[in-house]
Amino acid sequence: MGELAADKHVKYILAVEKRKDNFESAVLEHLRMNGAYWGLTTLDLLGKLDAVDSNEIIEWILKCQHESGGFAGNVGHDPHILYTLSAIQVLALFDKLNVLDVDKVSTCILDESDIAGLQNEDGSFSGDIWGEVDTRFSYIAICGLSILKCLDKINVERAVNYIISCRNVDGGFGCTPGGESHAGQIFCCVAALAITGALHYVDKDLLGWWLCERQVKSGGLNGRPEKLPDVCYSWWVLSSLTMIDRVHWISKEKLIKFILNCQDTENGGISDRPDDAVDIFHTYFGVAGLSLLEYPGVKAVDPAYALPVDVVDRIFFGK
Amino acid sequence: MHGRPRKPLKPVDEAAVAAKAEKLRALQSEFLSNHQNKIYSKEAVELSAKLLEINPELYTAWNYRKLAVQQNLAQCESDPESVNSILNEELKVVENALRQNFKSYGAWHHRKWVLEKGHSSMDKELGLLDKFQAMDARNFHAWNYRRFVAALMKRSDEDELEHTQNMIDKNLSNYSAWHNRSVLLSNLMKKAAPGFTSKDEVLTREYELVREALFTDEDDQSGWFYHLWLLDQTVRSEFPLLVSSWPVEGSDISLPAADYLDGCASMNVFHYSSRNFPLVLYFNQSVRGVNSSTVSVSCGFNLNADLIWKPLSSNDSQSAKVWATHLAIPDAELHSSEAYQVEVKVGFSQGIVSTTGVAYGHPSQISFQLHLQKAPVESGQDSRFGRIQWKDDCFAVYEPGSAEPDLVNLLDNLTIKNEVESTASTWQARIIDDETNIFRDLLDCKIGKLTVARLLTAYNSLRPLDKPVHCKEVLELYSELMKLDPSHYQYYKDNHSLVLLQQVTSSKESLLSRCFHYRDSTLSTNGSPLCLRLNNLGISQLGSFEKLLWVQMLDLSNNELQSIEGLEALQLLSQLCLSNNKFRSFTALESLRYLKSLKVLDISQNEIGSHSIDTTRYLFRSPLSHSVGSCDWNINYLSSKTYWEAFFVLKDMGLTQLDVAGNAITSKSFNVFLEKLLPTLKWLDGVEVN
Repeated sequence: MGELAADKHVKYILAVEKRKDNFESAVLEHLRMNGAYWGLTTLDLLGKLDAVDSNEIIEWILKCQHESGGFAGNVGHDPHILYTLSAIQVLALFDKLNVLDVDKVSTCILDESDIAGLQNEDGSFSGDIWGEVDTRFSYIAICGLSILKCLDKINVERAVNYIISCRNVDGGFGCTPGGESHAGQIFCCVAALAITGALHYVDKDLLGWWLCERQVKSGGLNGRPEKLPDVCYSWWVLSSLTMIDRVHWISKEKLIKFILNCQDTENGGISDRPDDAVDIFHTYFGVAGLSLLEYPGVKAVDPAYALPVDVVDRIFFGK
Repeated sequence: MHGRPRKPLKPVDEAAVAAKAEKLRALQSEFLSNHQNKIYSKEAVELSAKLLEINPELYTAWNYRKLAVQQNLAQCESDPESVNSILNEELKVVENALRQNFKSYGAWHHRKWVLEKGHSSMDKELGLLDKFQAMDARNFHAWNYRRFVAALMKRSDEDELEHTQNMIDKNLSNYSAWHNRSVLLSNLMKKAAPGFTSKDEVLTREYELVREALFTDEDDQSGWFYHLWLLDQTVRSEFPLLVSSWPVEGSDISLPAADYLDGCASMNVFHYSSRNFPLVLYFNQSVRGVNSSTVSVSCGFNLNADLIWKPLSSNDSQSAKVWATHLAIPDAELHSSEAYQVEVKVGFSQGIVSTTGVAYGHPSQISFQLHLQKAPVESGQDSRFGRIQWKDDCFAVYEPGSAEPDLVNLLDNLTIKNEVESTASTWQARIIDDETNIFRDLLDCKIGKLTVARLLTAYNSLRPLDKPVHCKEVLELYSELMKLDPSHYQYYKDNHSLVLLQQVTSSKESLLSRCFHYRDSTLSTNGSPLCLRLNNLGISQLGSFEKLLWVQMLDLSNNELQSIEGLEALQLLSQLCLSNNKFRSFTALESLRYLKSLKVLDISQNEIGSHSIDTTRYLFRSPLSHSVGSCDWNINYLSSKTYWEAFFVLKDMGLTQLDVAGNAITSKSFNVFLEKLLPTLKWLDGVEVN
């Protein structure tokens, strides 16, 4: 199995940005803001954030900002809450939240200046003006506003009530009321409840059992019962288990082994399963998962804000 | 890239790939330019369709199409034929995109957007779903879409339940179908639809159905969680009820009067040395609305209206399982040696409700006597505290009849009788009996063992007044599971601990066998407190708090605990030993913030400060979770930024003795911080504090 090939992963992340000749890079161009967050957070967790030119990145981020205040996935695309959070997170990594006009960004999240408030009457959030509703967007709004220290601008009680209405009899959460539990969705809901001090709405033992049963024989985690394991759930499942203090219900050793087995030790990067093609998304989730497993040499990551702990503590405790 | 092999099966023609990428980029920039310039010509709109067929996740292109549709609809002046053709075109584009990527959020949302315009028919949409669900019966987008269509077109829950039945019949291993069934069934039972009014009958039917899945393939998880839900539905008490209280019904409690609080008390006196005497109510579930109008307390020295009931829970919400208030003990000169009859009436007036809004089930009344005693102050005993040492030779086994009759008698009476419960539990007991008998045939596999362990535990929970049965068998089952499924060892271990504690707290005899007198040279044996020692039990999780409300001195050392959640119910606790456990951080000790009587605390030999990841960071009230405002943050404590967790736990405590040695966090500067934070401290790690 070997060890974490940290240097290789750093090289891979730095190189991915520059590749323009493959089909994937073209397909994924519209979510480059997410890519920036995945890649840069991984670099920070590996202690290599200084390998990039922060000014250049910040300049590009600001080019993706729209008049409304929201951010697009790339220059020329439409603003969406998905990319707005990534932009805020990357600026937090660089300790450059001060380049933002906080009022403008937060206003776009709460109500897009009379055009359409992203928080709906029932407490839920839409992703953009086109009205798709999903608990992912609840998390994003809550996490982003909390980082910007203006959570009080939304109706938190309603936001929490909406999330509770998406809770299922297995203890998990879905996209909308009645939606099936899914580890990614569970992360969003549990983290949103964590940030709003509302984790008492979670049945920790019930959800903990559902989550710990995501570990399959190979040691990897799946996202729903009877599905294949995938490195990305090393984040979604593990961070949820961490927030509800039930992470000891899985075998950490087996999971570490599974993640390390998904590395491309030759060219860097981590894939969903052993011997599959690597990508930046799974590289981030693999490294962040190892961080939650206290793997040596990886900085600690905060399970709710999905940023390094030192970045989060800097925001909230100023240290 | 999900499921794509790292090394391509066929050699790649790199030039061809680069050309394909180049072509896609060219399409994308042409599209973005159209979007920017608001060009909605036929060619431009067709280009976006082509692009979405290749890349369905390109969200801006879906937005663009919506803009184009809006413009075209505005131009066609509601001519039904044109409207239909415009919207049909969108449905076609979505279908093509879904064929390329079945999981595209943007494509599914686009279809919902079109449908919300009143377009398409139920048959058409359900037909499409059948086609997609035949390819992948677990796709959660398709299921979400199905629920959306069913709601939009007002299909009945009964019809949808029938659909889940069909899906399950086709393949028992369809968790998505089981899930949807749980949602529909909950709705039908809640609104008491015809055929769903008798919980007993509905559950019996469902048990039968899920049993088939569990017995067909015991390793398939699809039915596991459904079965657990049915079990919960079977045993969960609908009404909030009082489970236990402090003081317990019929108890006779002697207290040293206020003048003598710092002195030592005589043998029969309950050693509570505070002017505020706690009353604790322990419910079977989280409730709100406990206050001086829903609970009346008459005692002769406090006005009921003055009592403030507080929820004991680690959050700021107004609901909790445990509620407490404090009686102010009057001065001795005025009322020496008087006995007070105290009556607590719960739920005689409305207002106590569960978190789901169900009203308190059955009014209860607790009566007890309080004696205020003038105890002689022993000479030579000033208010200086001797240091408590948690060593074995400081404890003497409790011998029946020797002391504390007040306390011992009340151990018989720890659980409150609720008539409602005993009459209603007949059908529940029958179901659980039947299930247990059936699942005993599955005892050679994991889910069989786990289910039997859970059924037997559930059986005990139905009859809280009786001594639990089958504890030994359940403990045995969990031990076997630890060996059989080592990946989830700690899950079984935690459950094992809970059952072990149920066993230990199940009777007076069992509790007394763990009660000890603390003695040391500075205290006379008469004045020695009674200590419950639950040390060296190997427990990793705490429970059965409802049976421990009377405990003042508790030894939990040498276990494997990493959390004390629930301990806040023990409002009398004044001495607590948690040494040699697995506590990872101060945030794991949140409950201490509610133990206002705590004077002596030992948290030595733990793992505080050894871990980079704090698993209780968000179960703790702090600025991170917005449950403590930043104004509570006292920056005068120089080091409190580094020790913010310890700061929040300890800041308002009146500790006189603290042991923290043997944790990675300790250092000279940490001790300086502690001494500054705790001005009442007399002993720190065995050293007298100046």
